[in-house]
This record gives sequence, C-alpha cells and structure tokens, in this order.
Amino acid sequence: MAKKLSFLNKLALNKESLEGGHRLCPGCGHSIIIRMVLNTALQEGYQPVMSNATGCLEVCTGLYPYSSWNIPWIHNAFENAAATISGAEAMYRSLSRRGKLDNDKIVFIAFGSDGGTYDIGLQALSGAAERGHRFLYVCDDNEAYQNTGNQRSSATPYGTRTTTSAVGAIDPIGKKQKRKEIVEIMGAHGIYAAQASPSHWMDLIKKVKKGLKQNGPAYLNVIQPCTTGWGYDPKDTINYAKLAVETCIWPLYEIENRRSKVNVKPKNKLPVEAYLKGQKRYAHLFTPQGKETLERIQKLTDERWEFLLEREKAGF
Amino acid sequence: MSKRVALSGNEAAAHAIRQINPDVIAAFPITPSTPIPMNVSQFIADGKMTTEFVTVESEHSAISACVGASASGGRVMTATSANGLALMFEILYIASGMRLPIVAPVVARALSGPLNIHGDFSDVYGVRESGWVELFCQDSQEFYDTIIQGVRIAETESVLTPVMPIADGFDISHTVENWYMEDDEAVKEFIGEYHPKFSLLDTKHPVTFGAWAPPDWYYENRRNQLEGLLSAYEATKKIDQEFGEKFGRSYGVIEKYRSDDAELIVVGMGAVSGTIKDAVDQMRENGVSAGFVRVKLFRPFPYKDVIDALKGAKAIGVFDRCISAGAQTAALCTDVRSAMYGNSTVPIINYTYGLGGRDTTVEHVKEVIEQLKDAAEGKTVSPVNYINLRA
Repeated sequence: MAKKLSFLNKLALNKESLEGGHRLCPGCGHSIIIRMVLNTALQEGYQPVMSNATGCLEVCTGLYPYSSWNIPWIHNAFENAAATISGAEAMYRSLSRRGKLDNDKIVFIAFGSDGGTYDIGLQALSGAAERGHRFLYVCDDNEAYQNTGNQRSSATPYGTRTTTSAVGAIDPIGKKQKRKEIVEIMGAHGIYAAQASPSHWMDLIKKVKKGLKQNGPAYLNVIQPCTTGWGYDPKDTINYAKLAVETCIWPLYEIENRRSKVNVKPKNKLPVEAYLKGQKRYAHLFTPQGKETLERIQKLTDERWEFLLEREKAGF
Repeated sequence: MSKRVALSGNEAAAHAIRQINPDVIAAFPITPSTPIPMNVSQFIADGKMTTEFVTVESEHSAISACVGASASGGRVMTATSANGLALMFEILYIASGMRLPIVAPVVARALSGPLNIHGDFSDVYGVRESGWVELFCQDSQEFYDTIIQGVRIAETESVLTPVMPIADGFDISHTVENWYMEDDEAVKEFIGEYHPKFSLLDTKHPVTFGAWAPPDWYYENRRNQLEGLLSAYEATKKIDQEFGEKFGRSYGVIEKYRSDDAELIVVGMGAVSGTIKDAVDQMRENGVSAGFVRVKLFRPFPYKDVIDALKGAKAIGVFDRCISAGAQTAALCTDVRSAMYGNSTVPIINYTYGLGGRDTTVEHVKEVIEQLKDAAEGKTVSPVNYINLRA
C-alpha cells in the first residue's frame, strides 16, 4: 500500500500537463483520465506530444486565444487523431535519423472519444496501427457522441437511450444493437490493446506504462462516465466507473502478443442494475416495459464476461 | 550542369521530390498521380532519397499525416488527384488555416460521377477557396520547376501557406517530353534549409496547434490567413525570377503569348496552352490579330496582371476545363470578368473544354478565335460555349 501511495503522491507533484481553468463539466471523466495518463508519462520521464480528436476534451481545452495545455498539442479534425500523430511520429523519426533532432524522451499520445475512435476515426486508427508508428492511442469512451449532445455511437451499449436511439411510446428499448468490441479489433492488429477504468487507477497506470514502452502502437480503451449524457450527479463519476467494472459491464483486460488477460476479477460480481440504476439514460429499464431489455443486458454482460474468462483460460 | 531527359510529367514530379528530399511524405495512390509515390518508393529503396515515407490508408489520412508532420517542424509533401483531393477537402482548409507550408503536386483529373480518370480541372477548381496557392503548369518542365519553386514559396515567412503545383492528368502526367533536370546539389542549394518558427517536437516550448475559434475570433483568423495567401503573389514573382537567374527558366504569374498587340485574346491554363499557342500562330499567319494569355498563378488570382494583359482586347475568350455548376460562367472566366469589371466593356466569352479527357484540337481553338472575331464586330455570340461536345 505504501508503494501505491508514494506513486500517487509523485503523480500529484508533477507540473500539470492539463492546466486547471478548462471548460470541461464538473465531474467530467476526461480530465481525470487525461491527467492520469499524462502524469504517468511525465513521471516515467517521457515528454509527451499529443494529438486530440475533435470533441469535448478538445473544445474545452483549446479555445483560441487560450490553451490549457503545457505540452505540445495538436488538434486537426474529428476522424484523424491517429493519422495526425502518425505524421508527427514520422517527422520525429526523420529528423532524428537526419541528425536534426536529439531527444529520446519524446512519446506520442493520441486522444479521441468513442465517436472519433470506434466510428469516424476507425480507418485512420487502423491504418496508423498497421503501419507500426510508435504511439499510444487513448480512447475516452463515453459511449455516445457527447460533444454534440448524446447521440448513439457504435460504442453505445444495447438498451441505451440516446438522442438518436430514442425511447418512446412504442419503443421501450433505445439502442437495439450491441456495442462494437474495439479492444478486440485493435488487438487483432497484433498490438498491445487494453481496457481500463479511472476507478482502478493502478491498473490504468500500469497499462499506460506498458503502452508507452511498446516499440510500436498501443491502444487503451478507458470508460469515461459523462455526467450530462449519462445523466447522474457529478460527484458519482468514479463511482459509476467502478460499478461498471464490478458488474463486469466494463471488464478490465488486455491483449498482448495476441493473448488476453483479465486483469480484475470482481470477487462479488454485482448485478447490472447496480450500475444502470441512477443513470437517466437507463431510467426506461426500470419500468414494466423495460424489464425484458434489462434481462437481456444482464445476459449479454454475462456472456461477454464468460467468454473473456474462457479465452484467458484457453491461453488466447 | 542540367541534363536533358525524356520522361513523363509524373516522373518530372517524382524527380523534383527526390531532389527536394523532404523530411516526410504521406501519400496514397490514385490515377493519374500514382507513379509519383511509386517512384518515391523506388528512389528510397535505391538509396537515392532519405525521406520518411508514410504509406497511409487514404488521402484523408495522407493530408492529416502531412498536417501532423508539418506541425512537427520539417518539410512535408504529398501528391494526389481527383477523388483523392476531394477526400482531402476538409483537411486542406485546416492545413492552410494552420499556416503549414506543405507542397502537394496535384495531377488534375475529373471528379466522379460518372467515374472518369482523365484530365479535367474539376478537382483543383473545387478546392480554390481552401486557401492554398494554386499554380497551373503547361508541361513537364514547368511542373518540375514549379514543384521546386513551390517549396520556397510555401516557406516564405510572409506566406506560410501550402502550395499546390498542378498538371493536367495524362496530357502532362503520362506524356513523355524532353525537359531539363537540374543537378541535385543545385536544387538543394536553391531550396535551402527550412527553419520552422514552431514545432510540436520542441518540447521545451510547448505550442498548441489547432485551437478552435468562436465567433469573436474566427473572422480575424481567416482575414489574417488571407494576408499570407495574398503575399504569395509577390513571393511567386520573386522566387520565379531567382529561379530564372539560376536555371534559365522563369514563368511569371501569367504568360503573355503574342497578346501585347492582339485584338482577340484567348485566356487559359495548363496543358491546353500549347494547342492554343499553335492556333494563335496559325491565325496570325492568316492575318488575324490573335493572342493568348496563360494564367499560371490561379490562387491568389493575379488580377492586376490580367487587367494589364487584356485591357487592349476587343474580345476575350476564356477556356475552362471544368463546369462551375449553376454559375453564369466557369471559375476562370468568372475571375477574368471580375478583374475586367470597370476596366473593359468588350465581350468576355466562356469556353468549356476537355472535360474527362475530351480532346481539344488546334482547329477547335481556331473556331473559337473566329467566333471572338464575330463578337468583336458586334455579332451575337453565346456567352457560354462547349467545345467538342456532342449536340
């Protein structure tokens, strides 16, 4: 325990890469996760260079003529954070090879949310991963397009109410499709791919360190509870991140060398209601019409969890 | 010592890129510019250039990677055509808005649909509001020379704007012509070293690239950006002149061909210029006072030079290798008419030609000049005409 705390203390002593005074909502998961990632990089002696997809984090931290960033930071567009960082990394390799730059501390980090990662940016991300650029891609997954007001994405889970998967008089379900398993997709590139939660910060930090040590691409999918889109009290952000792990809705696992490992196995697996209840986007599940959907969410969650355990056991 | 070579326009571009030896290239193949990245790959494999070549999965990622690379403080290039340029559209504005001196030769081609891979200006006209410098070349020699000049123009401090040297698909890109290739060392000396003001890789001085601007700042950003683009006019003239002093070839922002005393002047851009010049020569032999003004620098539009060149004309015919859908005339004609507003009252007639690789011959141009004669004499001529189009 003492060791854990000393690392946490050190993290807190870093000069912040992301300054206070930004415009993110109170209780937003973005700034919590970003500070964990960047402070870990700094603590490890790295000098991060960051690319940021269009989204909440970007608009709330880079509003001309101000900037919240104490590190080199670039925002290009919505779908190309990975392509942008791949260009920066290529320039780094070129200038280093040509003797115009001498700095082996630089690391490249790209941030996007699920919209810019699972959906519109998937091609650019896959391309950059296949090409083998050395970068860590962090997806802050808030399970919908939150910057434009909570529209469904391919990360939105089954049975979720969003502004484009509405629940109404004749539709008790909300989103009818299952979420895309992005970690599997990224793992299939033969790279390090992991899923983390800000509630389990030691696990998250370990994964960040591992990702930054790769001599190539690495992918980290982090649950990012969204107070406004999900509809809960800002004080509960980390609580919901934790419940997502404890209900096995958000399994903490990693894929390394094409083999998977489940990093956190809750001793007392909670029913999904424990996580879903209290979020406005799931209020429809706690009505008589929502019962079936709720049961299906439990079933999908159990199936996925069992699959991960079985696969790990089988050595893959 | 320069040497005379017989190579295609694409090879001319590839050799210019080899000699520039940029720090990073990110490119994706598309007809008719595919041989450019192919040649680059071979040059690298043969040890003839040392560029970091990012073989992206789309043109969108090509220009996105170029933005990331250019913001990281080095020389960056790409090349594309048609649908590739259209896919880049969004990021072209971001590249120019971030004032990144990327040089992107474009082999101009028709846009789908229907799918067509041949020469046409639909792609490069389509991005004319993107804030890039657009330079239209008439042959392989000029394409080669302009790509080299483009590096200097883009990196000029007052400009810091991306540059697009343009050559017609197939007519130039796949046509083998004789042209002069300069020594590697001489090109290196001409372009010099690039010293960026800001770089993402300067971790001691962290910079924010790509902040967003709300209504109380966006307008000023755009207006200031325009100053950079407009400065490319003087920079192009100056660098082209220096190029001429060093290598013996210069082009100006417009080219005047037998136009000084001409009554009937054709205006055009790109590969059709040779055909127009032949037609002008033949008409002159028949005693017709014909001339040609070739616009080299399309953006920023050199309106003062165009006014000077056209103010004595009795009729003007403007060639556009594109339909500006729904506009009264296509883009070059609209620009010429706008320039001549208040400076001339003579007929300015639009001629659409060569769409999707359709031939335009000397005979076609001679017919145009005959028509201009009618217009100059006060006869009614349709303000918009389509050359070599089935009735």
